[in-house]
Amino acid sequence: MTQPFLKIEGLKRQFPQAGQPDPDPVFEDVHFGIERGQFVCVLGHSGCGKTTILNILAGLDEATAGHVIMDGREVRGPSLDRGVVFQSHALMPWLSALKNVEFAVRSRHPEWTREQARAHAVKYLEMVHLGHAIDKKPAELSGGMKQRVGIARAFSIEPKMLLLDEPFGALDALTRGSIQSELIGIVEATKQTVFMITHDVDEAILLADRIVLMTNGPRAKIAEIVVNPMPRPRDRETLHQQPEFYPLRNHLVDFLVKRSRAFAPGADWDPKNPPLVYPGAPARAAA
Amino acid sequence: MTRNKPWLAPLLSALFFALFVGVWYLATSTTAAPVAGPAVDPEYAALLGAEAATGGQSAMPGPGEVAAKIWEHVTDPFYDRGTNDKGLGIQIGYSIARVLAGYLLAALVAIPLGFLIGMSPLVYKALDPFIQILKPISPLAWMPLALYTIKDSGISAIFVIFICSLWPMLVNTAFGVASVRREWLNVARTLEVKPIRRAFLVILPAAAPTILTGMRISIGIAWLVIVAAEMLVGGTGIGYFVWNEWNNLSITNIITAILLIGLVGMLLDHLLAWVARAISWRE
Repeated sequence: MTQPFLKIEGLKRQFPQAGQPDPDPVFEDVHFGIERGQFVCVLGHSGCGKTTILNILAGLDEATAGHVIMDGREVRGPSLDRGVVFQSHALMPWLSALKNVEFAVRSRHPEWTREQARAHAVKYLEMVHLGHAIDKKPAELSGGMKQRVGIARAFSIEPKMLLLDEPFGALDALTRGSIQSELIGIVEATKQTVFMITHDVDEAILLADRIVLMTNGPRAKIAEIVVNPMPRPRDRETLHQQPEFYPLRNHLVDFLVKRSRAFAPGADWDPKNPPLVYPGAPARAAA
Repeated sequence: MTRNKPWLAPLLSALFFALFVGVWYLATSTTAAPVAGPAVDPEYAALLGAEAATGGQSAMPGPGEVAAKIWEHVTDPFYDRGTNDKGLGIQIGYSIARVLAGYLLAALVAIPLGFLIGMSPLVYKALDPFIQILKPISPLAWMPLALYTIKDSGISAIFVIFICSLWPMLVNTAFGVASVRREWLNVARTLEVKPIRRAFLVILPAAAPTILTGMRISIGIAWLVIVAAEMLVGGTGIGYFVWNEWNNLSITNIITAILLIGLVGMLLDHLLAWVARAISWRE
């Protein structure tokens, strides 16, 4: 069996609590893999440790137990191999949109000239349709535009993997829709491997090839991994007309409302190998 | 209301000023009338000359005299007629030079040290007791110690300015650096930004508004302290000028100097406010 591009093994995270030598871990026994070029979403309620998992993948946090292996090497600390789009855009307010992206480009390619770095940054800002606003400061940009700059910054370093932490959570539905379409476009063009956190079922269906379902914390686990039966690239406008859409959506919503709380693993549930489920496509499951 | 009439506030200011000058004029013109004071001892009067003839009459000048004096100084600010008679321009120049020297030295020490304290909780904890004790000491209390060790009154004055400008800059820099938003540091970490580059391109601009606030407080305190320091060390400077004119009982010169001190203090504050605006950022 070949190793997946990214492999998470036995991940566990405890946060120290006063007077408790062994506090309840936020999550434990988390195992899963991501293939190169795959788009994986983690779906779960707040408090199940989604962001903590992402931070560990980013190298910003350390697991209490378990490890992450990417491309044959263990993840130890942050790296330019993994680009992060933060929940709160995290742009530096004293720099213009262009300078924010340039800052990342110059970190990746310190040997480049100023012109090279600038051209590269402009290219990625144009990719998110911000070519007209490159000299604006973050304060002059709308929430959606700021998040676009954040996405351009993460893509501009051409990482092996992109980590997105609920990047559209604070945006209105219309803006979110258009940025999601842009993201699909860039991911298709760059064949980027993406790991994304969300609590929005429709977003997960639109973007993800695999949807990792997490039970509620503490002691959150991966209940199952749902395979999106609809082929890429998925289109927001026609997605809901496909026969697989509603069975998949119902399955996910059902999990979030009921099963995430009262998850009772069956006898054959193995945390090292969470079951793959194919809602709405029984034929594929059999195949 | 005030939005439609932008001239209203300046008009009111002018009115207050006229009122103040009017009251001042009336107050000084009435005391100018000869008062039937106690009889002056003729020998004492002979010693003191004309001064004593008025029998201890108030030396408080009226607005007209002060205005004439100010005009005199404005037209000839840089004359030098010996140690005890130099133009106001020269005196204030000495004071500004001392303040800037002490202040810039303090900035050179406080900003890097504040950076270190802000970056390292350990250094913060280690230095905190010293800062806590040294900060509330009146800068003039250092003066004897400075005079004894440095043995030069001019440098001692600069040292006193240094020590009083140090603390606000140090504390604000440390605070600004320590409270740089975690997310910006995380961005720098995920981009593998080297420590020097991170210090100058992330932490410094993020903390700059807080550092500038400290610098603005410091220049204000330094300007307050220089007058007192120069009164003590003497020789030159606006503080010495005020004390010298007090010995000469020239209240007009003292009032002129007081106005000048206020004016320069305001300019220094505005200068730093302007720099602060230039480097501040908005989210």
